[in-house]
Amino acid sequence: MNLFDLFISSILNNNIALTFILGMCPLIAISTNVKNAKGMGLAVVFVVTITGIVNYPIYQLLKATNTENLALLVFIITIAATVQFLEMFLDKYFPKIYNAFGIFLPLITVNCVVLAVSLFFVNRNYTFLETATFSFASSLGWMMAIVLVAGVREKMAVISDVPRGLAGKGIVFIVLGILSLAFMGFTGLSF
Amino acid sequence: MKWIRLKYTKWYNILKNGIAHNNPIVVAVLGICSALAVSNKVENAIAMGLGVTFVVMASSSVVSLIRNFIPPKVRMVTYMVIISTFVIAVQMFLAAYFPAINKALGAYVGLIITNCIVMGRAEAFAVKNPVRYSLLDGFASGMGYTFVLVVVSLVREVLAFGTIWNIQVLPTTFPNWVVMTLAPGGFFVVGIFIWIIREWIHYYEV
Repeated sequence: MNLFDLFISSILNNNIALTFILGMCPLIAISTNVKNAKGMGLAVVFVVTITGIVNYPIYQLLKATNTENLALLVFIITIAATVQFLEMFLDKYFPKIYNAFGIFLPLITVNCVVLAVSLFFVNRNYTFLETATFSFASSLGWMMAIVLVAGVREKMAVISDVPRGLAGKGIVFIVLGILSLAFMGFTGLSF
Repeated sequence: MKWIRLKYTKWYNILKNGIAHNNPIVVAVLGICSALAVSNKVENAIAMGLGVTFVVMASSSVVSLIRNFIPPKVRMVTYMVIISTFVIAVQMFLAAYFPAINKALGAYVGLIITNCIVMGRAEAFAVKNPVRYSLLDGFASGMGYTFVLVVVSLVREVLAFGTIWNIQVLPTTFPNWVVMTLAPGGFFVVGIFIWIIREWIHYYEV
């Protein structure tokens, strides 16, 4: 598959948040304002890209030794270790970035986007370059989704009158539904 | 007389909280990813619900069994390892006995690991409570989750295919709402479901 095609389709018509419905917990919890949404989005892009690249050779190793059954266990440990390592590395050498990420970095371990990207490259038999492109593009798509939702919620908090039973997290589902309807318009887009 | 007193036992309250007043999806809004993604058919919803219930019960009881030995610093990773062991078991069970469902669920079975309900119950309940209550609490949360999944999938399957559990219930002339099988349908149905339940139990976020 053409890499550019994969890149665009992972962001738009196969958006990981709005089409595959992944990473909803943080998306709903942290999208109350655009600033936090951006922070979380950047942290996800960072971690997903790195874990995608790290997990690929590890999966090849598992495949070579016929232990693919353990892939889940190994992936989740790699992800936890990568997040922990990144946290310590940034804290020591790039304290500015570390402070900007703040609480978002440790939260990412339980973000399903990270694990899902690793499982998807297994299911779809991607090559290394495709895996790297796919990881980066999907996390970028996720970041776009969370920032869009946060923008809508920021406006909504000021001007709209939400029914009390939907107030808070309920209305986010309706917002997400409308957004994903809009993203269905990209179906079939290719170059 | 015995039934009235049942209301005040710890067992009854844990069950009631898990299924209604503390329902993981309606009140805490956790575990949404899989709830939305697999609830387009009743059989998928039931398989996923039972899978999650099993994983929550098993991992909660193991965590509470070894709760005095887990060093607090590495507890998250410990939970992860325990949970993923059980998820692998569920995955292999489905692949061996229900290959069709396993194929329909795809990567979402593996994603039970990152389902916040499992982790949340381990962290919020199992590390502080004895095994028998943790097991029950896991069962209650899992059932609350399954209940939502089944109700949502009933609505979606009827509207999208005109069937329930693959049995035709609507006349074949009924136009299928394709959007109900896709992401937007899931978002709208779950959103409206949360609205109805919250009005019913009078739970409002301000």
